[in-house]
Amino acid sequence: MGEAMLKDRTAIVGIGQTRFAKSLDEPEKTLACRAVLAALDDAGIDPSEVDALASYTMEETDEVELAKSIGAGDITFFSRTGFGGGGSCATVAHLAMAVATGQASVGVAWRSRKRGSGVRPWTNTGVQLPTPAQWTRPFGLLRPADEIAMLARRYMHEYGATRDHLFNVALACRNRANQNPAAVMYERPLTREMYMDARWISEPLCLYDNCLETDGALACVVVGAERARDCRQRPVYVHSVAQGLPAQHHGMVNYWNDDPLTGPAWTAARQLWKTADLGPQDVDTAQIYDAFTPLIPLSLEGYGFCGRGEGAAYTEGGALELGGRLPINTAGGGLSEGYVHGFNLINEGVRQLRGSSTSQVPDAATCLVTAGEGVPTSALLLRN
Amino acid sequence: MSVTGTSVTETVNAGGGLVDGLLLPWPDADGEPFWQYALRGELRVQACADCGLRRFPPRPSCPRCHSFADTWQQTSGRGRIWSFVVAHPPLLPAYAAQAPYPVAVVELDDDPAIRMVGTLTPSVRRPDAPWNAVPVSRLRIGTPVQAVYQILTPGVAVPRWALTSP
Repeated sequence: MGEAMLKDRTAIVGIGQTRFAKSLDEPEKTLACRAVLAALDDAGIDPSEVDALASYTMEETDEVELAKSIGAGDITFFSRTGFGGGGSCATVAHLAMAVATGQASVGVAWRSRKRGSGVRPWTNTGVQLPTPAQWTRPFGLLRPADEIAMLARRYMHEYGATRDHLFNVALACRNRANQNPAAVMYERPLTREMYMDARWISEPLCLYDNCLETDGALACVVVGAERARDCRQRPVYVHSVAQGLPAQHHGMVNYWNDDPLTGPAWTAARQLWKTADLGPQDVDTAQIYDAFTPLIPLSLEGYGFCGRGEGAAYTEGGALELGGRLPINTAGGGLSEGYVHGFNLINEGVRQLRGSSTSQVPDAATCLVTAGEGVPTSALLLRN
Repeated sequence: MSVTGTSVTETVNAGGGLVDGLLLPWPDADGEPFWQYALRGELRVQACADCGLRRFPPRPSCPRCHSFADTWQQTSGRGRIWSFVVAHPPLLPAYAAQAPYPVAVVELDDDPAIRMVGTLTPSVRRPDAPWNAVPVSRLRIGTPVQAVYQILTPGVAVPRWALTSP
């Protein structure tokens, strides 16, 4: 099996992004092009060499429009992973597979969003509900925040997790954003008092348990390991990749699974570690999908950083802060840097391994990046 | 689609969209019987006609024995709260008008592996009570409840959960 493995055979050699803000003037397609061109420039690769594209659903900029705008050459591989934010890491995974198997040589993944100034997807009643939603939406469960809050209350009930544990997550992300001039929440500190007094969104979740709504775009470039050594930046190797759609899963409402508190992270993690030379104990920093704070303790358990039911306690004593046991979301994450459907976590993972993060983990050599937990998901283990 | 002992012929009047600002179900072929039985005040779940495994949400084939033959089994409609949230704005206008309101996931007494979402009402005699009629202080994980049916619009009944404790 060894030779067929993806392990370290490809690398991320370029990253790019636009500004993040509550509202940007330019359309999503323009933002996408800017991010992609910036990533290619970062890599020192001409856009005409791009022959693979990967994105994930809920992306409005299509492959045809992007390719002709940036001046890409013939595209020989393109993929689009389903289920929104669960597909962020799958973009890099698919490009790595395409490059490693000779289907393409220069791959670009991207995400462009106008969620800050655009409509929230759940408010768009002009769009027909997908049929799985017939079991939730007409019953009063309207928004993603409600869906995850339901799991959060059960989790708190079963394991004694508290709002202080969720605050630990929100604070770690905000503290990192406070160090990152590109973050929406730069120079905007969060206190425990602000958190505890904040308005509810879906009890037990308050305002600060929810990600930002952000306009912005990001992209990254994937090439083979040999080519990577000639690029402008230090290569960040794609060590292992995984996707996860667990048995009897039902989308973000995992309530009909035998064990609703073990979500897609558990499935992705088993595959990720199986194909890696490393384990959770070897991870220097993690960029964990944080659309909602409870996803962090659930993901810490799923990816094996602690045992079942121990994810909340893991957040205590500054464990998630810079200098702690596992610094997470070191650019601020979806909670405080910007919510660009998880793609900003990939680029921050690359910066950590280049040594160029605004919250640099000293000598970081390995980084876990995860996509949306709750939905069919994906993950990357990056190393330098 | 076979429905043992009954024939489901008419189509549920619910092609999605809104009525009075509330989202209507958009049944697919597998879910349609559920909504038909709900109109009759029956909480039924799909079960495999060959091996008997109950499955929710409904789907074309049995995940255990792979049979395509199904039946719809009546349940007692009784259950216990597995978890609940209290929704606050921002919400769609008709929902915001009733907010904050609790929503629960209930596990059925007949088969705790089957859990259903629903709003709450203080009593089985008040299927149409406002969604915010139950004080949140009365809700606990484990609280017993009973299914009742709120007619959202002619042809569409949506189960919700009435508190049965004193």
